[in-house]
Amino acid sequence: MAFNYDKYLRVNKMPTLWCWGCGDGVILKATIRAIEKMGWDMKDVCVVSGIGCSGRFSSYIDCNTVHTTHGRTVAYATGIKLAKPHAHVIVVAGDGDGLAIGGNHTIHGCRRNIDLNMILINNFIYGLTNSQTSPTTPRGFWTVSQKNGNIDPTFNASNLAIGAGASFVARESMIDPKKLEKILVKGFSHKGFSFIEVLSNCHINLGRKNKMASAMDNLAWIDSITMPVKKWEALEDPIEKENILPTGVLRQVEQEEYCEMYKEIQDAAQGKRPKITQDDFEKKI
Amino acid sequence: MAREVISTGNELAAKAAVEAGARFFGGYPITPSSEVMHVASDLLPAVGGTAIQMEDEIAGISAAIGASAAGVKSFTATSGPGISLKAEQIGLAFIAEIPLVIVNVMRGGPSTGLPTRVSQADIGQAQYPTHGDYASITLCAGSLSECYTETVRGFNLAEKYMTPVFVLLDETIGHMHGKAVLPDLEEIEANTVNRERFDGDPADYKPYDVPMNKPAVLNPMFEGYKYHVTGLHHGAEGFPTEDAEQCEFNIERLVGKINTVHLENGGLDDLPDYEEVDLDDAEVCIIAYGSIALGAYEAVKKLRSEGIKAGLFRPIMLWPSPIKRLEELGKQFGDKIMVTELNMGQYSKEIERVIKRNDFTTLLKANGRPIAPAEMVAKVKEMM
Repeated sequence: MAFNYDKYLRVNKMPTLWCWGCGDGVILKATIRAIEKMGWDMKDVCVVSGIGCSGRFSSYIDCNTVHTTHGRTVAYATGIKLAKPHAHVIVVAGDGDGLAIGGNHTIHGCRRNIDLNMILINNFIYGLTNSQTSPTTPRGFWTVSQKNGNIDPTFNASNLAIGAGASFVARESMIDPKKLEKILVKGFSHKGFSFIEVLSNCHINLGRKNKMASAMDNLAWIDSITMPVKKWEALEDPIEKENILPTGVLRQVEQEEYCEMYKEIQDAAQGKRPKITQDDFEKKI
Repeated sequence: MAREVISTGNELAAKAAVEAGARFFGGYPITPSSEVMHVASDLLPAVGGTAIQMEDEIAGISAAIGASAAGVKSFTATSGPGISLKAEQIGLAFIAEIPLVIVNVMRGGPSTGLPTRVSQADIGQAQYPTHGDYASITLCAGSLSECYTETVRGFNLAEKYMTPVFVLLDETIGHMHGKAVLPDLEEIEANTVNRERFDGDPADYKPYDVPMNKPAVLNPMFEGYKYHVTGLHHGAEGFPTEDAEQCEFNIERLVGKINTVHLENGGLDDLPDYEEVDLDDAEVCIIAYGSIALGAYEAVKKLRSEGIKAGLFRPIMLWPSPIKRLEELGKQFGDKIMVTELNMGQYSKEIERVIKRNDFTTLLKANGRPIAPAEMVAKVKEMM
């Protein structure tokens, strides 16, 4: 039987505002299927989005949704999660949203290891505002703000999340929605900050000026720059390795979760346990 | 029972927030307001609440707005540079109608300015902290006790009108250490005023479907009332719209729910918007607020002891300003009004706007130093 999305969607908001062939719709559907796999009650789910094409994500899912300002998704979500720790909070941000203007919040969300599920939709461009360079725009690409070719070095979003201490980091593209759904379920199941970078197409505002004017061409390019992490690890040529983004789960470790640790602070303040000291932590510095 | 405590203004603001029912604080260190966060982080976990030091000023208020949207009374505290950074999020709280208390302990500006010195130069910023149209509620504490009572009041007004509320302290009041008399919790309705909620069928719930000049009705999250909150202009259900009629209604309602209601009802609550000292028989009226009013009390006494009948008008709610009373004072005292404040005339300009005259005297200072009673006395004598 076909999957019934209507139960999870704000059907009267369809069709979406996204362009024909945009990957965001595929990611929205994969997210919904992952939510169903998790068995979450939509009354306990909160989707927080920022500004950009991904910002509209929150308005389409029928749960508690907050469309915040540019870049501040993780900070708003941190307040929501700490206020109501039982909630399942999904953060959706774009590459400009989560890595440029909101980079600081992404870093510190990862560091705190608060139990948020961050889906970073990386389409390598500012799409909504018509083709400006983002922190992930490949070097040499045409953008409207760098018409002679982008010279800015790129951020590797997942490496950034690993470096900042996220306890679950994964990368997947939306080319294979089933695979994406599985990765999302893994991330949602993980206790702690789950950073899921999802590579997506923007054939309209990235592709047209960079020789991939159709969605299929854009997806073929994404396919050409990605490889499952096991295969990627076996690559020998360091330059080839640097130009391929490994996909799959890149990091998963058990680590104290922030809300649970804050509960210890509350217990200590209420005399239910002794004050927290360095002895409580294996990793002290 | 009224309680007597020895404390500081910053400490009392944090204590008041917790007693007003706040259970979330998000902030970032900044002089001279940091102690509000220090005390919040002591008091909140003990009552099951949360205080978090975020990675920057923007994150501090964002977390607080998030927590409030989830249904928990929340606050943040900062000083001028922090408000400048928080400005965009304050705008979201205005348009999405998320209640929030923002404590600003004022220091000298602009920019980094005078971090450890007193100022009252953020009152204009409190009126218009962010882009767009809206109406701000701004309370200004003039004593240690008021650091407590006006913070409690701030929470009540935020919940009642679904809006961010500024509680202004200044460096002097925030760091002043002394005795404060705190009223009984019931007397100031601490933790009894809560945002309205919709209890009907979730299918019928439209959070922003409210008449002109009424605040939105935002239920707590995770209780089955699923809805959308956005910083975009939105319709009755909270979803984005660019409909001209709707956008016009939104802005008129955002401004009207504060300014029109204040004007029509003679206030936003039953508490005094200003204090008057010896004005009945006065021949000259000093207007001062915040810590500068402490010097003005002394000046009034000194002037009276020298035979000059002085009185004091001290606004507590700066925005919306007490227009009717200011108009009366303008008529009663003519040019025998002296406005004294620690900025280049931000409140003086409001008085000029209201009484439609600029023939009154001002005593202004913007160098990080207070204004001494002797300076006020000398200025008034020049006027007489």
